[in-house]
Amino acid sequence: MTTPSQADVRQTVLRLLGEIAPEADLALLRPDRNVREQLDLDSMDFLNFIVALHKQFGIEIPESAYPELTTIDGCVTFIRNKLAQP
Amino acid sequence: MPILGADMEKGTLIAWKKQPGERVGKGEIIAEVETDKAAIEVESFTAGVIEKLLVKPGEVVPVGSVMAIIRTEGEVGAPPSGAVPSTAAPSVTVPPVTTTPLPSPAGTPEPGRLKISPSARQLARELGVDPAGVTGTGPDGAITRADIERMRGERVAAKKKETAADTAIDRQTRMRQVIAAAMARSKREIPHYYLGTSIDLGRAMAWLAEENGRRPVADRLLPGVLLIKAVALALREVPELNALWKGTEAVRSDAIHVGVAISLRQGGLMAPALHHADRQSLGDLMRKLQDLVKRARAGTLRSSELSDPTITVTSLGEQSVETVYGVIYPPQVALVGFGQVVQRPWVVEGRVEARPIVTATLSADHRVTDGHRGARYLAAVDRLLQEPERL
Repeated sequence: MTTPSQADVRQTVLRLLGEIAPEADLALLRPDRNVREQLDLDSMDFLNFIVALHKQFGIEIPESAYPELTTIDGCVTFIRNKLAQP
Repeated sequence: MPILGADMEKGTLIAWKKQPGERVGKGEIIAEVETDKAAIEVESFTAGVIEKLLVKPGEVVPVGSVMAIIRTEGEVGAPPSGAVPSTAAPSVTVPPVTTTPLPSPAGTPEPGRLKISPSARQLARELGVDPAGVTGTGPDGAITRADIERMRGERVAAKKKETAADTAIDRQTRMRQVIAAAMARSKREIPHYYLGTSIDLGRAMAWLAEENGRRPVADRLLPGVLLIKAVALALREVPELNALWKGTEAVRSDAIHVGVAISLRQGGLMAPALHHADRQSLGDLMRKLQDLVKRARAGTLRSSELSDPTITVTSLGEQSVETVYGVIYPPQVALVGFGQVVQRPWVVEGRVEARPIVTATLSADHRVTDGHRGARYLAAVDRLLQEPERL
């Protein structure tokens, strides 16, 4: 299976964040900054986001990886690396 | 009209979910009511058959008023009557279009010589649309019926958006007023006392990491669930704190329903109940908490969730607050607050180690308990968190 492009993964990540924080203007998000701080996500929101990533991409996400997933750039890199694994 | 929070005086019926003649079960949703804080689904207090609906959608109903008559099992009642239309979509008044005509693009008719078919002109009259503000898309820029309908649709959409924004602002204002009334009453009537203690969460966090490692992503637990369970179990040891103030005395509650303060994304907060929190497994508590947060933010809480809490838990740790001095939500007599989990030097068996520490505080009603009982309670919460596998 081909790994989806960076742009596709980024778009999906943004869509999932939009479902967690529907009032947010995602165009204003800085991809290298902490999304929890930018969107005022609490731990429940963040867990729901992790579950959504898991379901959407079919990847396992250990708790130890959570810090990598706090930025959009980090999410894209983590997801693509996971999907590229055999 | 059930009371759905301290100082709630009235609610507006939005819609009936059942009609006369229909059977309802205890706890089944029978109506939707708008309060100053949110839209709430009202559950039936009893099982039976709807005999009569006494209130129409849109009516403002004082707390305690009878809204419907339910014939309970075995009762002989009159045939159902008095049906009320279940609901009607709120009407939107659309003012006539008064937009300034745009400059005519090349190829469109000159101002004053509007090119519009008789049929479109008639439709414009019927819908209250001024054709002068409509850009025609027909041959040579002629205004068609479709153009008129499109303009009408745009006006309706714009008006609806404006109405929705106004409603959100109104609700925010009303919510602040309700919170203000409840908190002012609390501070006016309840002689608060406050206690705090630092709790080592080292064992709890280590146990949680191991437990979550075994669980699928969707079933993982948050630390807050352990705190809620400890709060609930500790109430069994100090039941005086699990009570409601009624008139001139506190009445203990047999059931432990923990109200969880949930901040709403648009501002304000609600504290719906996790029913029988002391009897739930951590997994069940987590699922119910997720559901409660989701529904609180979507505005689909149920009446019992707002009327039943016997104590409230609030956590501001994620906002980097270390200590919470909460205001008791009447008629409850206690509130437990948790701050941020921070790494602190801590003495363990004679050695100083870095440990995750949380500050737990108790705000309690001095008419009901004193500091000694409050201290016993916080000590019980601490002890329970040292044995996370037993929660």
